[in-house]
Amino acid sequence: MANKKVLMKGNEVIAEAALRAGCRNYFGYPITPQTEVMHYMAKKMVQIGGNFVQAESEVSAINMVYGAAAAGARVMTSSSSPGISLKQEGISYIAGAELPAVCVNIVRAGPGLGGILPSQGDYWQATKGGGHGDYRNLVIAPASVQELYELTVEAFNLADKYRMLVMILGDGTLGQMMEPVLFRDEEPIEKIEKPWAAVGRGGREKHNTVTSIYIDPDDLEAKNHELQDKYKYIEENEVRYEAYGLEDAEIVITAFSTCSRICKNVIKQAAEQGIKVGMIRPITLWPFPKDIIRETAARDNVKAFLDVELSAGQMVEDVELAVSGKKPVHFYGRMGGNLPTQKEILDKIIAIHNNPNEGGRG
Amino acid sequence: MTDFSIILAGFGGQGILSAGKMAAEAALYEGKEVSWFPSYGPEMRGGTANCSVVISDEPIGSPVVNDADVVICLNQPSMEKFEPCIKPGGILIIDSSLIHIKPTRTDIKFIPMNASEIASELGNMAFATISMLGCLSAATGCFKRESFESALYEVLPERRHKLIPGNVAAFDKGAKFAE
Repeated sequence: MANKKVLMKGNEVIAEAALRAGCRNYFGYPITPQTEVMHYMAKKMVQIGGNFVQAESEVSAINMVYGAAAAGARVMTSSSSPGISLKQEGISYIAGAELPAVCVNIVRAGPGLGGILPSQGDYWQATKGGGHGDYRNLVIAPASVQELYELTVEAFNLADKYRMLVMILGDGTLGQMMEPVLFRDEEPIEKIEKPWAAVGRGGREKHNTVTSIYIDPDDLEAKNHELQDKYKYIEENEVRYEAYGLEDAEIVITAFSTCSRICKNVIKQAAEQGIKVGMIRPITLWPFPKDIIRETAARDNVKAFLDVELSAGQMVEDVELAVSGKKPVHFYGRMGGNLPTQKEILDKIIAIHNNPNEGGRG
Repeated sequence: MTDFSIILAGFGGQGILSAGKMAAEAALYEGKEVSWFPSYGPEMRGGTANCSVVISDEPIGSPVVNDADVVICLNQPSMEKFEPCIKPGGILIIDSSLIHIKPTRTDIKFIPMNASEIASELGNMAFATISMLGCLSAATGCFKRESFESALYEVLPERRHKLIPGNVAAFDKGAKFAE
C-alpha cells in the first residue's frame, strides 16, 4: 500500500529527511525561525542512538560538524541568518578541508540581529562565499515542504559526492509552514566510500590528515586549482531549475523558493488579463542556472525580465549577468520580513507590460 | 476549487493555530492540497495569533493569504486587522460572545456566532474555535463534516479519542449558524 501524505512543518521535515538520509550527527544552537529542526533532532536522535549536541554557540556547532565530517560521518547543522554568519569561519575551513556536510539556513530578515520574519537577504552570503577564501558551497533552494524533504536527502548525497558543504537555503515561511509530505519507503542513499576520513591508521601505511593549511604557496595554489576544477564540474553537471511558460511569455519572472510560489499565483492572474508571463525558478542557487536565462533572453517573444526577491535585489545581479543586456531586467523586492502581495507583483507586471523598457535596472 | 483561503485570528491560547491545522487536516483527508502558515512573530504569548490555511484541488501557489475567502475572528483587534483582507463576497465569522462590534464592510457575508458560550455550555473552551470550523464547513463546503471527524481520529493519539464526540458536537452546533 502506498504511503499516506502527512501534514508537517517545513522545519520538522528537514530534520526527518536528514535522519532518513542516514545523518546520525546533529550539532546546533537554537534561533527562530528554525528551532523546530533542533527540537525534532533532539527528540529523535536519542531514540535511534545518534549524536545530538546543543552546542554553546554556532561557532562551536560548526566546528563539531567539521570534526564529525572529518571522521566520515553524515552530519548536519542548522541555524538562521545571524547564526549562519557566526558559522562562516567554520564553513570556509570545511571548504578548504573538502569535507562533506549539510548546513541549513532558514533565513530571517537582517542585517544585524534584524527580525525573525522571512527574508532572502542571505543570497549573496550563501552563493558568493560568505567566509574567507576562494570557495563555493552548493546551495539548494526548495520551494515546498515536499521539496524540503527530497532535496535535503539529496543534499547529503551531493555533499558526500563532492566533499563539500551543501547549504539548504529556506526562509521563515518555508520553515514555519505546514504542507502534506509523502515519504518514500526507502531513500536513494548513495553510499560513497571515504578513504580520506581521519579514523585511525587501520592497517594503512600512513594515517589520514584532514586540514586546510598549506604553507607553501605552490601547494596552496595547486589545492585551489583542484577546488576550482571541482566547482567547474559542478557548474556543468548540477544545475537545477524549474521553468515554464517560456515559449510564449512576454515577461519572464525569476524568483526562488517562497517568492516563486507567490509569483505562481500572480502568473495565473496576469493570464486572466491577457498578459503571458513565464517563470524560471532556480532550484540550485549555486550553481546558478545562467544558461537557461541566457537562452530565454535571446527569445523574440520575451520582452523583459522581472526578478522578485525578499531582499533589496541580490539574485537579480546574477540574472542581469546572464541576460547580459539583451533585455531589460526589472526588480521587485520587499524587506524587513514583509512578503510581496500578489497585487503588488501584478501591478508591477502590468506596468512592465505597458512599457517594458521603462523602470528597469541600470 | 482553486486556492480557497482562510484566515483564523484571535488571542494566543484560544486554539487558533490548532483549529487551522484541523481545517487543513480535514481537507487533506479529502485528498485536497493544503497549506498552513502561522504567525510566528514575537507577539504570540498573550498577544494575537493567526494562521492562514489554503485548500485547493491544484498545487498551492502562495501559502501566504492577503485576500481571504473566509476570515474567522475570536477577538476585536483581529477583526479590525483582518476585515479589510476579505475578498468581496467573502465571509466574516466572528465569536459574538467576545466581539461586540459590527463590520464596516457591506460587500461581505457576516456571520456572528456565540462560539465561546457554546464552548462554555459544552464544558470546554477549546470548542469555541471548533464550533467556528463547523460554521466554516457548512457555509462553504471547503471540507466535509465527515472528513473533520475522520481526520480527528487519524491525527489525535488514541488516549485523546474520548474528546472527539465533544468536538463533533461543537462542530455541529456551529454549523447551524451557516443556515
